[in-house]
Amino acid sequence: MSTADIIEPRTDEPLSEQLRDEIRALGEHEAHPRAACIAALQRVQEEYRWVSDAHLREVAPLLGMSPADLDGVATYFNLIFRRPVGRRVLLLCDSVTCWLMQRERLEAHLRHRLGIVPGQTTPDGDITLLPTVCLGHCDHAPAMMLDNELYGDLDEQRMDAIIDGTAKAMP
Amino acid sequence: MQRPLTANIRPNAPPPDCAAYERAGGYQAMRRALLQMTPADVVGEVTKSGLRGRGGAGFGTGQKWSFVPKRKPGRRSYLIANADEMEPGTFKDRLLLEGDPHQMIEAVIVSAYAVGATDGYIFVRGEYKLAIARLTQAIGEAHAAGYLGEDILGSGYSLNLHIHASAGRYICGEETALLTALEGRRAQPRNKPPFPQVSGLWGAPSVVNNVETLCNIPHIIANGADWFKSLGRGADGGTKLYGISGRVKRPGTWELPIGTPMREILEEHAGGMQDGYQLRALLPGGASTAFLGADQLDTAMDYGSVEKAGSRLGTGSAIVLDDRSCPVGMICNLEHFFAQESCGWCTPCRDGLPWVERMLRALEDGDGEDEDLHQLQRHVGLLGPGRTFCAHAPGAMAPLESGLRHFRDEFERHVRERHCSWR
Repeated sequence: MSTADIIEPRTDEPLSEQLRDEIRALGEHEAHPRAACIAALQRVQEEYRWVSDAHLREVAPLLGMSPADLDGVATYFNLIFRRPVGRRVLLLCDSVTCWLMQRERLEAHLRHRLGIVPGQTTPDGDITLLPTVCLGHCDHAPAMMLDNELYGDLDEQRMDAIIDGTAKAMP
Repeated sequence: MQRPLTANIRPNAPPPDCAAYERAGGYQAMRRALLQMTPADVVGEVTKSGLRGRGGAGFGTGQKWSFVPKRKPGRRSYLIANADEMEPGTFKDRLLLEGDPHQMIEAVIVSAYAVGATDGYIFVRGEYKLAIARLTQAIGEAHAAGYLGEDILGSGYSLNLHIHASAGRYICGEETALLTALEGRRAQPRNKPPFPQVSGLWGAPSVVNNVETLCNIPHIIANGADWFKSLGRGADGGTKLYGISGRVKRPGTWELPIGTPMREILEEHAGGMQDGYQLRALLPGGASTAFLGADQLDTAMDYGSVEKAGSRLGTGSAIVLDDRSCPVGMICNLEHFFAQESCGWCTPCRDGLPWVERMLRALEDGDGEDEDLHQLQRHVGLLGPGRTFCAHAPGAMAPLESGLRHFRDEFERHVRERHCSWR
C-alpha cells in the first residue's frame, strides 16, 4: 500500500454517534462510568490513532468526568497518545535485558534509517518511534512492537525486514 | 518432576480450549470447591499449603485472604488478578496467560469463591495483546459452559469476570495503584491501612493476587496442601516459574520446584553462558532486586535463602550481567526506567530518581566526580524503605546499593579514567 492509498483520520471531526454510544455503553458496564475511561480512550485511538483535545472534551462528559480529570488520566499512561502519531507506532523496548543485548545499536540503526529520534514521526507520517517499558519478551531480547505485533531476536536486518513488512512476528 | 502450572502449555501451539482443558482435568477443582467446600475450607487449605505470593512481595496468600471481612449481603467485593507484568526482566506470567487461559479463569473463580467476591477482574498490561485476545475468548467459552455468571453449577455462587486492558504504567503493578487505575484515575498508590482486603476498589473489600499465585490455587484444591508442600525443595511449598534473560544460551522460563539452586537453573535449563561470555553477577528476581555475585550461584531460589544471600526472590526472573557489559551502564539503564516510571506522587521518588539517573549518566559520559559516588550512596538511604510513599523507590535502590558494593572498582574507574571503558 502506498501512502497515497491511506485515508487519514479527521481529528477535527466530532466523534461519530456510534462511537459515542459505544463509549456510553462501556461506562454503563462499570460500577462507575469513569472506570471505562481507559477503554474509551483506547477506542478513540483505534479510530483516530491519537486523542485530540476536541475528542477528549467530547469523551469526558460521556463518562461523568471533567476534561481536565480525563486529561490527567490520559497523560499518565504510556500508551494513550495525546499528540499525533504516524500510521504505524514502533515501540522499541528500552529496558535492561534489551540494553544488555545491544538495543542501543539497534536504536542507532533506526535513527539512521528513519531519520528521526525517539518521540518523533517520520516526515511522511509513516512511523512514530517511541521508547517503551519492558515488553515482557526478554527471552527474545532485543524486542520491539510494531502495530501491536511483538517481535524479538532483533538485529539490523530483521528490523529492516519488519519495517518493510517481510518478517514474521513472535519468533 | 511435577509441573502443574505449565502441564497444558506446549511451545508454539495454541492454548487448550475449554473442552481440551476439561479433558486434562480442568475445572474439577472448581467443582470441588463450589460443590463440596465452604469458602472457609478453601481459605484454610490455601493457608495450610503455605503458598506465598509470586508477584514479588511473597506475602502468605491464605493469610492475605483471611483479612477479608465477612460478606455483607448485597455488597460488591472483588478478586483481581494482577497481570500488569511490567518489571524489566520478568516475563513469566505471559506464559500462563497466553498458554493456558482457562487455568487463569478457573483460578479466579475458585479464589473469588474463597474470598466471597461478587466480581472478578483480570488486570492485564496493554502490550499483552495476545494474552488479552486469548483470555477474552476463554471467558466467552467459560460463560457458555456455565462456569461464569449466575449460580455457577447450581452452587448458588455467582461471579462476573471482566478483563481490564491497561495502557502502560509500571506502578499499576502495585496493588493499591492498580485499584486506583481500575477506578479510572491516575494510578497513584494509596495509603495502607486500610488494606485493600477491607477497603479496596470503590471502597469495597478487594483481594489482589499475582497471576502465578492464583494459578496455583486450583492445583492446591485438587491435590491438597500436603501435596503442594511436597513439591518444594526447601522450606517453601510448590513450584516456581523461573526465568533467565541476558547472555545465556537458552533464555526462557521453566517451572521447577521452588528452592532450585540458581546454578542448576542457569547451567542446566538456560544452558550456561553464551560462548565468549562469563557471568559477572545477576539480579535474581527482576529489576528491583539486589545483585548476587557469581560466587553466590549455589543460592537456593526460595524466599529465605535469597534473602539470606542479600537479595530477594522477587518474581524469580533473573537478569544476567555478563563480563562484556558495563555494570554502571546497566544500573544507569535500570535507574532510567525507575525514574521514568515514578508516579510523581511523593517528592523523594519523583525528584530523587532522576537525580540518581543523572549522576549515573554523567559517570557513563565521563563527567563523574568522586563526590558523585558519595551522593549515590547517600541516595540509597534517602530513597530507601520507609522514606517514600510506596516501594517503587526502595525497589530502585536495591540494584544501586548492591551495585555500589559489587562493582565499586568500576564506579571508581569511570571517575578516574573519565570515560566508560566498555564502549
